[in-house]
Amino acid sequence: MIAAAEGAHADAHRTIERAARDSYGRLVAFLAARSRDVAAAEDALADAFRIALETWPRDGVPNQPEAWLLTAGRRRLLDQMRHAQVQIAALPELIAAANEAQNMIATGLTFPDERLKLMFICAHPAIDAAARTPLMLQTVLGLDAARIASAFLVKPAAMGTRLSRAKGKIRDAHIAFELPQSDDLPERLDAVLEAIYAAYGSGWDDVAGADPRRKGLAAEAIDLGRALLRLLPNEPEVSGLLALMLYCESRRAARRCARGEYVSLSEQDTALWSSDLIDEAGMLIDAASRARHLGRFQLEAAIQSVHAHRRSSGRIDWQAIALFYEALVRIAPTTGSLVGRAAAAAEALGADAGWNLLETIPADAVANYQSYWALAAHLLARMQRHDEARAAYDRAIGLCTDAATRGFLQQRAAALR
Amino acid sequence: MNYTVLIYESDTGFALRADPDTKKREAYWSAWPRYIQALQEAGVFVSGAGLEPVHTATTLKLKSGKQQVQDGPFADTKEQLGGFFVINVPDMDSALQWASRVPAASGSVIEVRQNLVPPTH
Repeated sequence: MIAAAEGAHADAHRTIERAARDSYGRLVAFLAARSRDVAAAEDALADAFRIALETWPRDGVPNQPEAWLLTAGRRRLLDQMRHAQVQIAALPELIAAANEAQNMIATGLTFPDERLKLMFICAHPAIDAAARTPLMLQTVLGLDAARIASAFLVKPAAMGTRLSRAKGKIRDAHIAFELPQSDDLPERLDAVLEAIYAAYGSGWDDVAGADPRRKGLAAEAIDLGRALLRLLPNEPEVSGLLALMLYCESRRAARRCARGEYVSLSEQDTALWSSDLIDEAGMLIDAASRARHLGRFQLEAAIQSVHAHRRSSGRIDWQAIALFYEALVRIAPTTGSLVGRAAAAAEALGADAGWNLLETIPADAVANYQSYWALAAHLLARMQRHDEARAAYDRAIGLCTDAATRGFLQQRAAALR
Repeated sequence: MNYTVLIYESDTGFALRADPDTKKREAYWSAWPRYIQALQEAGVFVSGAGLEPVHTATTLKLKSGKQQVQDGPFADTKEQLGGFFVINVPDMDSALQWASRVPAASGSVIEVRQNLVPPTH
């Protein structure tokens, strides 16, 4: 009873926080698009946003959340203009933009959502690839540098510097706040999708608080995915990415047993999967497939949909998964997809077939890649090559970042003796 | 660039070394050499050591010309230094990557610092 009430309270809190982040992102995008100064736009809204996060959960979301945030933001800009302690070149543009925004809201016009432009700016080729995801999380969702740094295992001060440098680049290199031309769109969109998926990946190891050292950003990445889908409803890869994240998310409760131990995907109790998320993901990839334009994220989502199908069929169609992986490695031959293909081939055709594929991956790409060593150990054990299997288990265990996975592999390795 | 990874363990972490449950004890002892092996295979291992429990520590204080010897560790904190590694990696990001793989128990604290480079005169 108490747990349920607490859960409901946490849900309500999260809905309000989402509303605050939504309005904040829209305003930052609006102000930054007109002034090109992302940092100054964030700074203008920083106090208002902080107060909103504190008071809205208590008092409720205001009727006009953008107006609420903007009033305080405008006041701050005007103060800065009067006192001029800090020299912000874009101040006149920012004030003009804030006035424009306020007039729009006052006259009942729909406030434009320019977050898509902001997302494209964050994933612009001129921005350091490692800064793209953090930049998007900060400017679009208003996450602070410390939180982002923890999720990406980076020193918070260094993350702060990287973010400021990226914003400085947007301002000084005059990167335009506009949507890419249709020729550039697929490539530019890929960068946006990659950035969102990287945010999801940061939360992957963190299962139901299994590792308090890391707090992932899975929920935030899904929020970004949903926002992007509302802005680009007809891009099949956008649906594919959201479906992929939702499939993975649907299994959150099943990835650890009651004792906190790791449970592999094919052994998870499907009753613990979230039907709502699986159904939503299924509808998304069905809709995407109608566009008949296959891409990396649709394929990855399709692979997850085959796993999800075990819920009703009771079995995993490894042949189908192996085929999807074949297509995936043609489009996106990442180390992850190459290892995934080998795992699927091992299940569909036998351990030897999987091992042969695994052996084709260049050694330096997998030296510190934990999943590679875990799969290698598993396949070598199945092929009765016990000494090699033990060595591979040692490597996989040494590279673990998570106690539950480490424990699982230690048990497997001990069983070999 | 050399970085030192300092591992501060809680009482529960230290207790695992002599856990009555054989499985838990073995899991603790077998994880460390495998971590070191992963450091070595990656070519980043410089040195490292595990330390005997804190009650075995002896602290020497140098105070205005006098030496004072005390039983026990210097700092009276919940987590105590249990061991350290020195690794050679290009930057703090990589050092943190390796620190995240340290097989210390939940509740441990890991501090990463760059080794001091003496100024060149």
